[in-house]
Amino acid sequence: MKIAVCVKQVPAAGDAKINPETKRIIREGGKAVVNPFDLYAIEEAVRIKERTGGEVIALSMGPEKAKAALTEALSMGVDRAVLLSDRAFGGSDTWATSYALAKAIEKIGGVDLILCGKQAVDGDTAQVGAGIAAKLDIMQAANVWRIEEIGADTVTVKRINERGWDVVRLAYPALLTVVKDINIPRIPKLRDARAARRAEIPVWKPEDIGADPDKIGLKSSPTQVVKTAPPAARGAETLKIDGSSEEAANVFVSELIRRKLV
Amino acid sequence: MKLLNEHDRESCRNVWIISEFLPDGELHAVSFELLGAARTLAEELGCEVWAAALGRDVSKAAPQLISRGADKVIAVEDGRLEYFNDEFECNILERLVCKYRPEILLGAATSRGRALIPRLAGKLYCGLTADCTGLSIDKETGVLLQTRPAFGGNIMATIQSGGFRPQMATVRPKVMKALEADPIRTGEIIYEAVTEKDGEKIKEIIKAVTEAQSNVNLSDANIIVSGGRAVKGPEGFRLLEELASRLGGAVGASRAAVDSGWIAYPHQVGQTGQTVQADLYIACGISGQIQHLIGMQSCKTIVAIDKDDSTPMMQMADIAIKGDLFEIIPKIIEELDKNGINKGGNKQ
Repeated sequence: MKIAVCVKQVPAAGDAKINPETKRIIREGGKAVVNPFDLYAIEEAVRIKERTGGEVIALSMGPEKAKAALTEALSMGVDRAVLLSDRAFGGSDTWATSYALAKAIEKIGGVDLILCGKQAVDGDTAQVGAGIAAKLDIMQAANVWRIEEIGADTVTVKRINERGWDVVRLAYPALLTVVKDINIPRIPKLRDARAARRAEIPVWKPEDIGADPDKIGLKSSPTQVVKTAPPAARGAETLKIDGSSEEAANVFVSELIRRKLV
Repeated sequence: MKLLNEHDRESCRNVWIISEFLPDGELHAVSFELLGAARTLAEELGCEVWAAALGRDVSKAAPQLISRGADKVIAVEDGRLEYFNDEFECNILERLVCKYRPEILLGAATSRGRALIPRLAGKLYCGLTADCTGLSIDKETGVLLQTRPAFGGNIMATIQSGGFRPQMATVRPKVMKALEADPIRTGEIIYEAVTEKDGEKIKEIIKAVTEAQSNVNLSDANIIVSGGRAVKGPEGFRLLEELASRLGGAVGASRAAVDSGWIAYPHQVGQTGQTVQADLYIACGISGQIQHLIGMQSCKTIVAIDKDDSTPMMQMADIAIKGDLFEIIPKIIEELDKNGINKGGNKQ
């Protein structure tokens, strides 16, 4: 089983900054972490490999600094990692990012399973996983919370949705995006973390993956950010209720009724 | 791949919505909300609103879509459309989009829409903006302007993809306004058959289960009663469930509560859980870490109950009740009883 796991480095919560000119996120400076959902994808990929044998390759696109995210993946048991990094990739939207990642997966070759986090917590779009599957023209399942069976030709998974869940079977190669509840990601052992830091992480450029220069980067991205603005401020002041529980409950319920909320 | 983009972009016309269905085959309310948004855009552009309806049987849905604002309904019926199959639906829609060439396509930002629509955008090579809270037409260029929260709601970004067709966006339930049903509104239903090729290379759906428990559906809930660390355990959540049941709402939770095993993951609100849009969000003993606030700050009215009134949640709430939730919630339930408010029927 050859598994590719896509990893994104994201700003730590509350640490996102925007470039006023390009309106895109500034990925330099500031604290960066592995996208939380991707940790579950990494863990699941490694667990599958531990059961079935094979290889897990972590893949990311971003500035040189994103190697830190791949190093973390390596410390969790990923066998090798590749970073897509070049100025020409800069400013790629979800379409262009999916395209580049799909090209890289083709270059890796022979990949049976692609795992991604459900979404990245900076953009929150959940578009790159499905985008990769579209470009590779392979089956996909989003919001996977259990892998039921890794078969010889198919993988069977349980997906969650707003009202329940379903069980679906996909033929390889397949792409899965996983939710948080699928596993508990391991804490890397010190020894593995040390080895990961020493590992060589190759950097691939557009020409290395045979990417069409007209399909990557800011200019080729279908979506363009026109403007950014602060969100509308939340309404009025806080209504503070205290006093005894009876009084508080009475005032509160009257307020709910007055505001027609119940 | 650039089927709609390289040549006659100008020939693309009309605003499409992709209808969303409930497991029982009824239309999801978000379908009507999408139609409401689509109507405004279509009037601005002087074009029609079309609704694509894919399902086992859409004969009942089609006239409903017309009464809510669709001029045409593209009806695709097939037994395999009863359950969500990304590849199958994408193959059908890709073919229909290339045939009928819409200028704009709107989908629901549900678990189905958020898997299906990006696959479609990936195939068509066009722009897609997720979770839009505002849609309008640029007066000068006629391009669709799509506004969405970014970076955990810290910023509102306006995005356009006018160089590509269709211009695509997803919208969360309860964000846009549906039009009232107009029973005398007329429209046309176009039946499209599924082709053999649509059904190639599609996954197998083995089983689909709808949970009987209704208090977990956070994305459609008007009222959410949510608990954090101070709820102290699964027993504490029973109390929250009771309040939620009285209010006809769902039960949410902070990451801390879920990670402690007090309540299941589908209830988690926040960055690694769900983003919710309720009219009323009652946060019980949730301090309000940024990761949680990201998931619920666009709820219309936020109530916080906490002993400590210095927490971020108590500060940002519209109504902050200072006190012990284990004392206050039973009193709130009593107070609701006094006022004859019990939406949950006879659960308790």
